[in-house]
Amino acid sequence: MTTQLLLVQALNGLQLGILLFLVAAGLTLVFGVMDFINLAHGVQYMLGAYIGAALAAATGSFWWGLLLGLPAALAAGLVLEVLVFRHLYRRDHLAQVLATFGVILFLNEGVKVVWGAAPLQVPIPALLQGGIEIMPGLQYPIYRVAVLAAGVATGGLLWWLVERTRAGMLVRAGATNPQMVAALGVDVGRLFTLVFAFGAMLAGFAGILAGPIFSVEPGMGDNVLILAFVVIVIGGIGSIRGAFLAALLVGLIDTLGKSMAPDLLRLVLDPSAARQAGAALASMLVYVAMAAILAFRPAGLFPVRTG
Amino acid sequence: MTREALLPLAVLAALAVAPLAGFGGSYELTLLARAMILGMAAVSLSFLVGGAGLVSLGHAASLGVGAYAVAILDAHGVTEALIVLPVAVAAAAGFSLLTGAVAIRTSGVHFIMITLAFGQMAFFTTSSLAAYGGDDGYTLYGRTEVAGTRLLENRLAFHYICLGLLALTWGLCAMLLASRFGRVLRAARENAQRVEAVGLAPYPFRLVGYAIAGALGGLAGVLLANATEFVSPATLSWQRSGELLFMVILGGVGRLWGAILGALAFVLLETWLAEQMQHWKLVFGPLLVLAVLFLKGGLSGLVARRHG
Repeated sequence: MTTQLLLVQALNGLQLGILLFLVAAGLTLVFGVMDFINLAHGVQYMLGAYIGAALAAATGSFWWGLLLGLPAALAAGLVLEVLVFRHLYRRDHLAQVLATFGVILFLNEGVKVVWGAAPLQVPIPALLQGGIEIMPGLQYPIYRVAVLAAGVATGGLLWWLVERTRAGMLVRAGATNPQMVAALGVDVGRLFTLVFAFGAMLAGFAGILAGPIFSVEPGMGDNVLILAFVVIVIGGIGSIRGAFLAALLVGLIDTLGKSMAPDLLRLVLDPSAARQAGAALASMLVYVAMAAILAFRPAGLFPVRTG
Repeated sequence: MTREALLPLAVLAALAVAPLAGFGGSYELTLLARAMILGMAAVSLSFLVGGAGLVSLGHAASLGVGAYAVAILDAHGVTEALIVLPVAVAAAAGFSLLTGAVAIRTSGVHFIMITLAFGQMAFFTTSSLAAYGGDDGYTLYGRTEVAGTRLLENRLAFHYICLGLLALTWGLCAMLLASRFGRVLRAARENAQRVEAVGLAPYPFRLVGYAIAGALGGLAGVLLANATEFVSPATLSWQRSGELLFMVILGGVGRLWGAILGALAFVLLETWLAEQMQHWKLVFGPLLVLAVLFLKGGLSGLVARRHG
């Protein structure tokens, strides 16, 4: 393991973390404001990736795919909210889990019907092709740097929206005490629809960005969803700041663990056993980290709701 | 009330006479065995969800631990049920005890997410077990032997063994819920603070309940591995956990035997739809949503109201 490889893996980890943050941000806000657990948030990421890929293929430009994909992802979120999710807010978590699970089954199968089961490839836009030298003799793809930058910028924008605007103030207040906000005359239902659609768009944005890096395929949202859950549990449900830090942490642990665990174990085991045990250990690391953090802080690193 | 107490016995009796009443073909028996095995897992989950109020979205992991215990012992030449069964059940109970020790410290939506995460942890661990097939899964050399005999190879015997263990699982869970232990679990579900106020800590009760449900899930896993003679990480995918929860709610939360009904309905519906069309999940997903929105007491609620 050289420093160069370590640097590349760390950047890959940060970039996975950024994508996770974009997915987790919507999830944590939706849960924070409305106490609504949405398993279908992962398929909104998938839907974004598919819509982006289809629009990019149709228009011949990644940028048009991005530009048109965002409102399309927002609209998809609104449709789902009106058709299904709206009827679940007053139900218990069990009902929410199952109904949104049904939505996952439908949409995972739906994209198979529309686009086929084979993964779609999305070409990297011409403007962002190639690499840049981040260290003497070390190239890193420009597109991945751009994803990092876009994610950090979106994170900043989100922070500003939540912390510095009136709508954000209502969202924060709603996460802390929704009954009080409703009693003060705010239409919490409409506030939630807005938050929900915005969260769906963020997840779709992450999906569009991920298109050229990962393959676009049915079920691609499921793993992201579960990692996003880990992120918001570690970060503290409802906390954007917690989600941001936890997403970077999870991205780094996952990526560095997968590349380093087999090498580290080779110090004590023979190579084939080290490879096997390393792979098992690496895929467990994120969850072990979550368990360790929760053992000390059951409400996550930055709990929002007190009492 | 007495008539309602007869309903679960009626379901079990129907399963007992099914092979004699025209459902004795190998296709029907395979289907029924699968429904009964998933029914066992669903009953143990119903014990957690309806009894203790612990909504686990990782229950398939205990199923998987049981199934993988069969596979791993098989790979090392151990195929005797007298050894396999206790090992598998103990492994599943141990796994639940360890993960439960962390998960039960949390509640509500945290608990759902953490059980989901632990389930995924088990899933990824089994996919990296290259010696036991990794992602591709592991095909057993044969079914587990019982005291040296190949009893489980007989489909009819296997049917009644599954039924017997299903009845045992249901009976055990029902007895536990009715006992002092179950009373504490149910009270803690309603109001944990009051339970603490009368001097009882809910945590150890919940943890033991969680481990028992895990052990029963492991038992179902042993049967599942034997029914298909194949074990793969798909056994413990998180979709499987979701399906188990669906069986519980389809059957009706709060009635243990509802989970048996839910599992039967689920397996039959899934099989029937899959035979009708390729993209059956397009129908199944919305059906699930509709069932959650409109079928509030579950199937057992419908049946119980008609006979109530």
